[in-house]
Amino acid sequence: MIDKALSGDVRAIARLISEVESETPRSEEIMRAMYPHTGRAHIIGVTGSPGSGKSSLVSKMIGTLRRQGKTVGVIAVDPSSPFSGGAILADRIRMQEHSGDPGVYIRSMGSRGSLGGLSKTTYEGALILDACGKDVVIIETVGVGQSEIDIVRIADTVCLVLVPGMGDDMQIMKAGIMEIADLFVINKADREGADKVAAEVRLMIKMFHTGDGWIQPVKMTSAATGAGLDELHDTIEGHLKHVRSSEEGAERLKKRLQWEVEEIVRRRIAKITESAWRERREERVIEKLLNKETDPYRVAQEVLDSAMGDFRSGQLL
Amino acid sequence: MSDRKIRVVVAKPGLDGHDRGAKVIARALRDAGMEVIYTGLRQTVDQIVDTAIQEDVDAIGISILSGAHHHYFKAIIEGLAARDASDVIVFGGGVIPESEIPDLVKMGAGAIFGPGTPTSTCVKWLEGAVAEKRKAE
Repeated sequence: MIDKALSGDVRAIARLISEVESETPRSEEIMRAMYPHTGRAHIIGVTGSPGSGKSSLVSKMIGTLRRQGKTVGVIAVDPSSPFSGGAILADRIRMQEHSGDPGVYIRSMGSRGSLGGLSKTTYEGALILDACGKDVVIIETVGVGQSEIDIVRIADTVCLVLVPGMGDDMQIMKAGIMEIADLFVINKADREGADKVAAEVRLMIKMFHTGDGWIQPVKMTSAATGAGLDELHDTIEGHLKHVRSSEEGAERLKKRLQWEVEEIVRRRIAKITESAWRERREERVIEKLLNKETDPYRVAQEVLDSAMGDFRSGQLL
Repeated sequence: MSDRKIRVVVAKPGLDGHDRGAKVIARALRDAGMEVIYTGLRQTVDQIVDTAIQEDVDAIGISILSGAHHHYFKAIIEGLAARDASDVIVFGGGVIPESEIPDLVKMGAGAIFGPGTPTSTCVKWLEGAVAEKRKAE
């Protein structure tokens, strides 16, 4: 299946992503097989508030890339229900024009409890698409608010989509999501107020940009009419060149690798400790806590002590 | 500790523009903890099959009110077979005469749910059908 996927078989690629997304026992083997083939694709993140036109914009971006003969993989994340764990994944609706094009692969993911705008395994999904030969991988985040910034860890280029009517210039000055953009896209530029948003963003960039390095461009687009899309494309390409040739870009790549290892370590620790806690979580322990015969810190230490054996044996669940 | 969600495409093939039923079932499946890839109105058979394969779904649910159910079920089931994906469950609902259901089932449709079916019936059936399918994998 891995070989089939690496040679571009759609069904096999889809299966691998499912395995990894479901964190089956095979997922580690799959990712390790992918790694030697990764690092070629340009990973573009598209983030912004719900209804800002991300999916429509992504669809137009795919069109531009396809006209240049590039193959495209898309991972579109929508929120999962915190109650049922289910999700309605509907980003694809806006991308139907690419259905039937063998050079385009689109995959929808539920956020599955993650709060950073992506799901836990979105990055792995993008790596699989990279390894299986897509020239460009676009990741569309959940419709975000002010602080869902996981995308900056995994994308080469982060596009933040803004639209008219979302607030004043203080919104633009706030910390969080505004800081992670490599470029700003003012979408729905055919609507009233778009010029004002662009002017305010430009002003903020001018006021606060320090030193040299990349100065975030501000691009106006209309995903509905296609206006500004070619320019946006050139700007994104320009950013990739910058990333691949600058000190800043090299630093970003190193940080990503560091984060990747940390993330794998964190996940393993979580898995082992959670299962150790499940084993100990008896009525008796809760009873003791209720009666103040012990305290949560001591119980936590006991859980960790019992998990230590599992760490040493490298036992994964 | 793997968490394999049930993934379902909910689609409306053809030209009729009434998607209330599709939305109701999509929402019910979501509330049962499934991931529903909702593709909306006026889907072609190729679009539906493509989506099912790219999204690696367990099942396709289609809603048809136009009377063209025989054509669409046949085309989708054959489309899946041509892509080596006959394991994907196909079920549906809408306005489909009871007398024609056995034919659709013979063709390979998993189940047909008519108007007024409680959503819990569909959910339960689908959970069972997916469990069967996964056992066979």
